[in-house]
Amino acid sequence: MNAFGSHFSFEFRTGLRDRPLLLMNYLFPLSFYIVVSLLMTQLNPTFRPNIIPTMVVFVILTSLILGLPNPLVSAREAGIFRSYRVNGVPALSVVLIPALTTAVHAIIAAMIITFTAPIFFQAPLPVNWAGFVVFLALSIFVMAGLGVLIGVISANTRITILWSQLIFLPSMMVGGLMIPRSMLTGVLAKIGSLLPSTYSVEIYNALARGAGLDTKAILSLAVLLVGGILAFALASYLFSWDSQNTTRRGSALLALSVLAPFLIGMALL
Amino acid sequence: MSDPVIKVLSLTKSYGKFLAVDNIGFDVQPGEIFGLLGPNGAGKTTTLECLEGLRLPDKGDIRIMGVDPVRNVRRLHNTIGVQLQTSGLPASMTVGEAMRFFCAYHGVAPRYDLLDRLGLREKTGAQYHTLSTGLQRRLALALSLAHQPPIIIMDEPTAGLDVPSRVELHELMNELRSRGITILLATHDMAEAEKMADRVAILLRGKIVVTGTPRELTATGSALTKVTVSTVKNSLLLPELTLPGAQRRLVQDEYLVCFSFDVGHTLKAILAHIEEHDDAIIDLRVERPSLEERFLEITTEKAR
Repeated sequence: MNAFGSHFSFEFRTGLRDRPLLLMNYLFPLSFYIVVSLLMTQLNPTFRPNIIPTMVVFVILTSLILGLPNPLVSAREAGIFRSYRVNGVPALSVVLIPALTTAVHAIIAAMIITFTAPIFFQAPLPVNWAGFVVFLALSIFVMAGLGVLIGVISANTRITILWSQLIFLPSMMVGGLMIPRSMLTGVLAKIGSLLPSTYSVEIYNALARGAGLDTKAILSLAVLLVGGILAFALASYLFSWDSQNTTRRGSALLALSVLAPFLIGMALL
Repeated sequence: MSDPVIKVLSLTKSYGKFLAVDNIGFDVQPGEIFGLLGPNGAGKTTTLECLEGLRLPDKGDIRIMGVDPVRNVRRLHNTIGVQLQTSGLPASMTVGEAMRFFCAYHGVAPRYDLLDRLGLREKTGAQYHTLSTGLQRRLALALSLAHQPPIIIMDEPTAGLDVPSRVELHELMNELRSRGITILLATHDMAEAEKMADRVAILLRGKIVVTGTPRELTATGSALTKVTVSTVKNSLLLPELTLPGAQRRLVQDEYLVCFSFDVGHTLKAILAHIEEHDDAIIDLRVERPSLEERFLEITTEKAR
């Protein structure tokens, strides 16, 4: 097996045998999906069309924003990256392969939701599967980029949790998941425009649900695409092998520039 | 003498205002075990990390078999095997996975024979976090040897190891030396350095204060040679006995213990005294100053 295959295979298995990762990749989001779908469909039957986009974005958030950064920080703190470096493992593999394997776990969990929601909760399937793939791919791309960036810049695991929750919690409240964006007004809607989940739901509605590609949808596509590219570029630029060796090519504050496309989105949306 | 495989010239590295390594230079010859000694904070690990490509030197030139660790990190990692002082592997990575993983990055087939050699074969399926410190160190060593590098860099390799594991590691280091592999060893264990190293350099506050073979270093010190002797009739225990060259003498459990700066003359006098008193030797030991004593002497001198 070549180096990429060996590394990918190891990281993929880690996502299943490491308990906290298994929890973030599958147990937590799938349990949440079952409980919330059961409750919401009883309380509000109009929630059914939102089950698939909401729960798929939720899965992506838990695995890539809550699950992905912590192992990166722990590995750096434990000197694992140093072992990798002296054995010729490239920096790109160190950040990209965990992102790829976590993305695969997120896709598996998303598929479980997409194909069981119509059976158990009478949720409508996407009408445009190509649109669904674009929604899934872009959502994963941007969240993976942000997850890796959090993992790269966080000084320790406590800070990681703080950064992750800064995206996760507002996404749940004002990011179009539990409350549709159309119901949010004023400041809350503006805050929602800073969150990738808002744009993901927008893309789902436009492409997968067949509402059509309007200006908002094009803007959402652009924001997620640029946000993802920027996040990966910044993560690669700010990557450091070692907690003891704090030499970076730039200040960790530079990572905040990842907000630029979302700020533009906020101004235009 | 052949061309050195490791050449360090005017290496300087500081962290902010703290000068960790101050303009040091040394050469390591092919097939030798070279010890880098010093107390904690002397600059050993920083020096090694500059050699391993983990840190960028502020100044100076390093060549490892002609490879510049700053400019050609990829080639460097195929030239050296590294056992780091502080490093780890992912907790859930098994011994077998680790071997496959690192061999894949070095572009070589997995070296399961090394797992056999280092007593890790039956632990192939064990996860890293379940291994004892000794087994984790052995695994790190197996991984550093997997791509058959001509140079091994070891940073405190026996730290945390029990006595049998230390002995095994020393045997393995001797075996590697006999196969022509060069070992650069950083340690603060003087007994280990004295036993294993062909040459040593003592680092103190970022500077190399002395370089040489352990024998050369111990011979140049002012420390005294300890002579311990016991005889059948205890004729040496008489208080009026004078021994030329001996600076101090004491009696311990019917043994005469004296510390001599001229061991030849002292021994000659002891033997003459025994013969004169029709006595016979039961036990006689001559212990030259250890590298540890010499090291303490050097560090005390420099501290003054």
